[in-house]
Amino acid sequence: MNEAFDFQSGETHIEVHKFLPFAVAGVTILALFVQAFVPVYFPRLAILDLPLIITIYFGLSRRNPSSGLMLGMVIGLLQDSLSGPTVPLGLFGIAKTVIGYMASSIGARLDTEHPAARFALTVIFFGVHQGILVLTRRLLLAQPETWFTFQLAVAATFNAIVAVFLFAFLDRLRKRQ
Amino acid sequence: MATFPSRHRSLVLLAGVILAQVVLLAVQIKRDSQGRMIRVWAVGAVSPFERGGSWGVGRVRDTWRHYFALQNTSRENERLRRENDELKLQLTQLQGKAAESDRLAALLHFREAHRSNPMINARVIGVSVGTASRTVDIDRGSRDGIRRNMAVITPDGVVGKVIEVFATTSQILLLTDKESGIGAMLAESRIQSPVGGNGEPLLVMKYVANDDNVKSGESVVTSGMDRIFPRDLPLGTVTEVKAGNPFKQIRVKPSANLERLEEVIVLLSQEPLEMKNEAPAGQQNSAGAGAVKAGTSETRKENR
Repeated sequence: MNEAFDFQSGETHIEVHKFLPFAVAGVTILALFVQAFVPVYFPRLAILDLPLIITIYFGLSRRNPSSGLMLGMVIGLLQDSLSGPTVPLGLFGIAKTVIGYMASSIGARLDTEHPAARFALTVIFFGVHQGILVLTRRLLLAQPETWFTFQLAVAATFNAIVAVFLFAFLDRLRKRQ
Repeated sequence: MATFPSRHRSLVLLAGVILAQVVLLAVQIKRDSQGRMIRVWAVGAVSPFERGGSWGVGRVRDTWRHYFALQNTSRENERLRRENDELKLQLTQLQGKAAESDRLAALLHFREAHRSNPMINARVIGVSVGTASRTVDIDRGSRDGIRRNMAVITPDGVVGKVIEVFATTSQILLLTDKESGIGAMLAESRIQSPVGGNGEPLLVMKYVANDDNVKSGESVVTSGMDRIFPRDLPLGTVTEVKAGNPFKQIRVKPSANLERLEEVIVLLSQEPLEMKNEAPAGQQNSAGAGAVKAGTSETRKENR
């Protein structure tokens, strides 16, 4: 899963990061566990979307759209599975597939190492993720859903702040070139 | 076989993966299937960690309370020794123990009070991953006699119902979930109407006519009409009443603290619970609701 992206279209100046063995799988499982467990004791942390942050991070770092979207799909489907039967399999799966693809594609074209860029991208991806969720609910599930609320803006900002620090920590799992 | 340029390959893969998931969604809706196998695997993989985490948090909490808290107490003891501190230390220790056992005592008292009703205590070990649903995971499953659609409560009031059962864990749909619905009635006026969630902390009472008189502060209890929850369990309190079209807009604050659930009770049958007035200090809420229900128990007996 950690293979380098083959840039044949003049984008070789962007560095592709590889990760320590099992880092991707380990971080993914840990993120899902923390997401399921921590809000039991700290309910306000339920606004945190760690699976989304992880999808964005590995997409931006590995810069391979194919592996990015596949990882997004796996994380999304696992999130669906752990969200109870009221959430059909595919709801988060579709959203995170798209986010994984977008993050990988953007990561292959822009330098996304600066904290400000990471903050802005996380806010944008959070919004896109929410938009896809609402669209899926409305179009495919015929469920009414609000497009935007103040809580979503707060959640986007909070997730972006956490992402900046978490990304810096996850950078340490990269293999040294 | 046609080949795609490498730069389009990922785009084709994206389209294929999304299409596959759209089909997966459509199949679930059409067949009302929930992809149980994938869920069993996912829950089975995560629940041991959740159990371990829950156990670990319990140990850390115990250590904190029994060791560090006592260290603080001993420092305080030194400071207050000049003021006849021994009695105060004793009191502090008693208060610490009382606080620690309050929740469990409330559960125990509730169970003692309803010995004839089969029920089982459970610990909350996880919550739904994401904000799309409001569910919690408990550490009891089919091996403990849990079945789908069993009612889940705390001594304070209704929590939700069992929606998925695995061997050693179960998932509970909280009242606040968008898909949640429960037969309810106003305790005083006995007006019946379903109460449901909308993903927010407050519940919504849906079909009360504008002509009906509903007061803010009025208690809401279960009606038993959904054949899941026994009648007259405390559900919540009306916090807001507005005229609407065609029905009143009524917001209800749940009696149980759904934001902070650590232990719950699963009712193993739908037998009505005989709610009593006497309750320990930690159960003021349910006692209040119990007073309302005392007036309805006679009706229940008549029905029998």
